[in-house]
Parts: sequence; structure tokens; C-alpha cells
Amino acid sequence: MKHSIRNQHRAEGRQTRKSGGYFMDRFIAYRDLHAHALFSSLGRLVASRFATVMTIVVLAIGISLASGFYILVKNLQQLAGNLESSNQVSLFLREEVSDANAKKLAEVIKKNSDVLDVKLISKEQALKEFETYSGFGAAVKALDKNPLPIVIQVLPKNSLEVGFALDSLVEHFKQMPEVDLAQIDTQWVKRLQSIMELARRGVALLSGLLGVGVLFITANTIRLELHNRREEVLIAKLVGATNGFIQRPFLYGGFWLGFFSGVAAWFIVTLTTLILKQPIEKLSGLYDGSFHVVFLGGLETIAMLAISAGLGMLGSWIVVYFQLRQLKPE
Amino acid sequence: MLQFDKVSMRYPEVGDVLKNISFSLHPGEMAFLTGHSGAGKSTLFKLIAVMERCSRGEILFAGQNLNKVSNRQIPYVRRNMGLIFQDYKLLQDRTVFDNVALPLVIAGYGHGEISRRVRASLDKVGLLGKEKKYPLLLSGGERQRVGIARAVVNKPSMILADEPTGNLDPELSKEIMHLFEQFQQVGVTVLIASHDISLITRMNYRVLKLDHGQLVAS
Repeated sequence: MKHSIRNQHRAEGRQTRKSGGYFMDRFIAYRDLHAHALFSSLGRLVASRFATVMTIVVLAIGISLASGFYILVKNLQQLAGNLESSNQVSLFLREEVSDANAKKLAEVIKKNSDVLDVKLISKEQALKEFETYSGFGAAVKALDKNPLPIVIQVLPKNSLEVGFALDSLVEHFKQMPEVDLAQIDTQWVKRLQSIMELARRGVALLSGLLGVGVLFITANTIRLELHNRREEVLIAKLVGATNGFIQRPFLYGGFWLGFFSGVAAWFIVTLTTLILKQPIEKLSGLYDGSFHVVFLGGLETIAMLAISAGLGMLGSWIVVYFQLRQLKPE
Repeated sequence: MLQFDKVSMRYPEVGDVLKNISFSLHPGEMAFLTGHSGAGKSTLFKLIAVMERCSRGEILFAGQNLNKVSNRQIPYVRRNMGLIFQDYKLLQDRTVFDNVALPLVIAGYGHGEISRRVRASLDKVGLLGKEKKYPLLLSGGERQRVGIARAVVNKPSMILADEPTGNLDPELSKEIMHLFEQFQQVGVTVLIASHDISLITRMNYRVLKLDHGQLVAS
């Protein structure tokens, strides 16, 4: 039945357009409808600037929280990644061991066939580093003597990366009378990695929650918009508009809200990263400066914009879909 | 064109608003629907425009049983009707042109076709040249003519007018009625609800009279 009516209209259209190209004409009209909905919805957002800006700021904060945590985890991951290759063993020597003995010990260890390289960090060097980077220099100076132990950093051969061989080497170091504590750095890497895994999950959960927030904020904004344009919607229904036709500008409205919030969120995240870049990289000096702050990449930015715009459209769709079916002309 | 067959309408809160209504209109026929306030004129219109579904009976419009039209099909049924209202129902923030073009935009006509048809329609109601005006700047009679132009721009087979002259003085009312006669003469079925008895009796058309939900004269 629907088709018979549609065909009737098509036939009518055909009568009036004898020149042919009818379907092309319809296609262009359809495209124009979409273009009109796209830009008229943008126009409406601009017309109610204040409300639009308020909504976008709220949405942008939500989106930037999610992507901010994401970029934080990504940066930390990079840190864990840098350390992953290291199977360095740190030997903290007993306090009574003198510098000369420590030097001798280092020589002995270096001769071990499993050891690639050895680095001796004297008490003074350690104190200097600590003063430079920790900011507790004054506190350390207040102490009578240097509390830091001599450290020998041992870099085992790469073949000993994991497992039993490395463990037995560490066991061997532990037996040495001068050694107070022998620590494989990879243990810390493993711990860091499981913390990272936890953080990743946390960010995923948080992003999901914030996404739902974005969805509902857009839905509520579009609901208000629908309410304000109730008269127009009812008139359109009376002159034969389908729900799809009425829905379209609202969907594009949701799209724009989400998209602009995504853009605003990008600025928030990028600015924050820029502000934090310097202190972070200064801090990374503690880790021999191997750490560089990562920003949101191109693909990630596109994904963030797509997700925000998608959430905006979805939120708008949910509201308009259910409300339009309730809205009936009187 | 339009056939009511033992149609009743009952609202749970009010009771029977229409009782056992039967009548039919031929294609190209013009008729008035009259009766006191609350006699059921508006309800009858709502049933034809599928704004409400009848409780009993059948309504046929252009060969379709309106009871069997699904919600998704309602818009397509309405595109074949021109609805005219006492309060005009124009979009105040759109120009005359955009108001009249709305049904064509909805139906997906091309730009050139829309422009041509809107002009033709405005010409018919004598408003050519006022395309760019906003409804608020027009007189009541002009606004109703915009409403009529919008109703006929899609070339519907039936015009339904609910108290179209309710807000107009007798002179303007006569003009509007004359317009309806012109559409009827080119084969459009016209049903006008009105309680302006003097106007109805002066024009010699069929009168459907409703009294407390019943059709008392046809």
C-alpha cells in the first residue's frame, strides 16, 4: 500500500518532468535534504551560542578525561617499554665496604663470563644525583653522613635475559659478603607492567562510564531542542513528514555537538600534555632521560573525534526515536 | 474518494464522540461539515487525517482502508491530503516560500520543481510576490491563503479544512470559500468544517450536520 502511494507520487513527478533524469533528480534532492539538515542543524547550534558552548564544554571535559587518562597510560606504558629490555642487576653494597674494595669487587664481577658490563656508582655520585633530581638535597645535607650505599650496576649478557641462568647469577652475587642486596630490575618492570595492565583496565572502564555520560548529556540536550521545536515537528507530521525526515536534523545536531566536543577535548588534552611536558621530561632525567612525552597521534585523534561524534548521534537518535513516536498532532 | 462506514469513536474519558457515522464523498465533490461545538467535527477530521483511529467501523480514503494503514504509512497517506487549519499552523520563523515548500521538501522534490510549484501555488491564492515575507507580517486572510497554498502545493486529491474562516471577517471568508470552489472545479474533493451557517447556506453545497456525535443531515 505504501508503495502504491509512493508510486503515485513518482508518477506525478514523472508527468511534470518530461525531460527524464528523474532518478538523478530525486538523488540530488535527497542529497540536498541531507546537506540542508547538516548545515541547518549547525546554524541552530550557532544561533543558541550560549547553551551550545555550555553543553560542549561539559561534553569536552568528559571526553578529555577519558582521552587524558588514555594518553597518561600510553606514556607510562612507554616507560615500561623502555625498561623491558633491561635485565640489569643492581648490587647494593654493605655500608662498611670502602670505595677501594668496591672498585676491586667491580673488577672481579666484570671478569665473570656471564657479565657484559659493570658500572660503579660511588656514594658521592649517588648523593649528587639524588640532590639534583629529588629536590630533597637540603634534607640529605642535614644528615651527619651520606646514607646512600655504593651501587654496582651489573649488565648481564643478553643470553641471560630471563629465567634460571639470571636467577642463579643473582644468587651468586647475593652470596658475596660485600653485597647487602641484589635486585633484578626486571622484577620492577614486571610489577610496573601489572600496574599498567590494571591502569589500562581502569581507563577502559572510566572511558566507558564517561562515554555513557556523553551519550546522556547529548540525549538531554537534543530532547530540549525537540521540545522547543515541538510545533514545527507537529506541522511537519501533518503535511506528511516521515519520522526519518523529522529525525534527520536532530541526528546531525547530535553529530555536531559530539564532533565539536571532540575537537575541544583534543585542545584540552594537547594543552595539558604541553603544560606537563617540561616537568615530566625533567623527571625523566632520573631515568637517564630516555623518556619522551607522547601526544595524541593522528589516528587516535581521528578515533576520538569519530567516537565523540558517534556518541552524539547515538544519544540524539535514542531520544528522537522514542519521543517522535509519542509526539502526535492534536 | 472518502467513505465512512458505520464509524464510531469513543474516548475512554469522554465516551462516544462519534456514533455510527456513514457517508461518502465522490471525487471532485465539495461539502460542508457543520454542527455545534463539541458535536464531533474535529474528531471526524482527525480520523480522516489518521491523527486518531476509529473505535468501530471503516474509513476508506482514495481506495485505502485507513484502519489498516500502519503508523509508518501514515505520512504517505497525508501527502495525498491537503490539511487546512483555523490557526493556519504556519512556521513563524520561515518565509512564505519555505512554508509552502515544506510538503514538497518532505516528499523529496528537486530544487527547480519546488520553486516552480510553490510559485504556481502562491499565484493561485493571489500571494505571488510575497514569497520572502514572514507569516507574522501578513494579515489573517493572507496567512490562511499561505496555509491553503501549502495544502494544495502537493496536488492532493482531497482538501480538508477545519474552520478555515473561523478567524476571518465575512468579506475575507467569502474570498477563501471562493478559492475552495476553484479547487473543487478542477476535480479536488473538498470537505470544510464550519459553523458559519449564513455562509454555508449562501453557498449551495452539500451539508453534513453533526449533532452530539450523530449525523443528522446529509
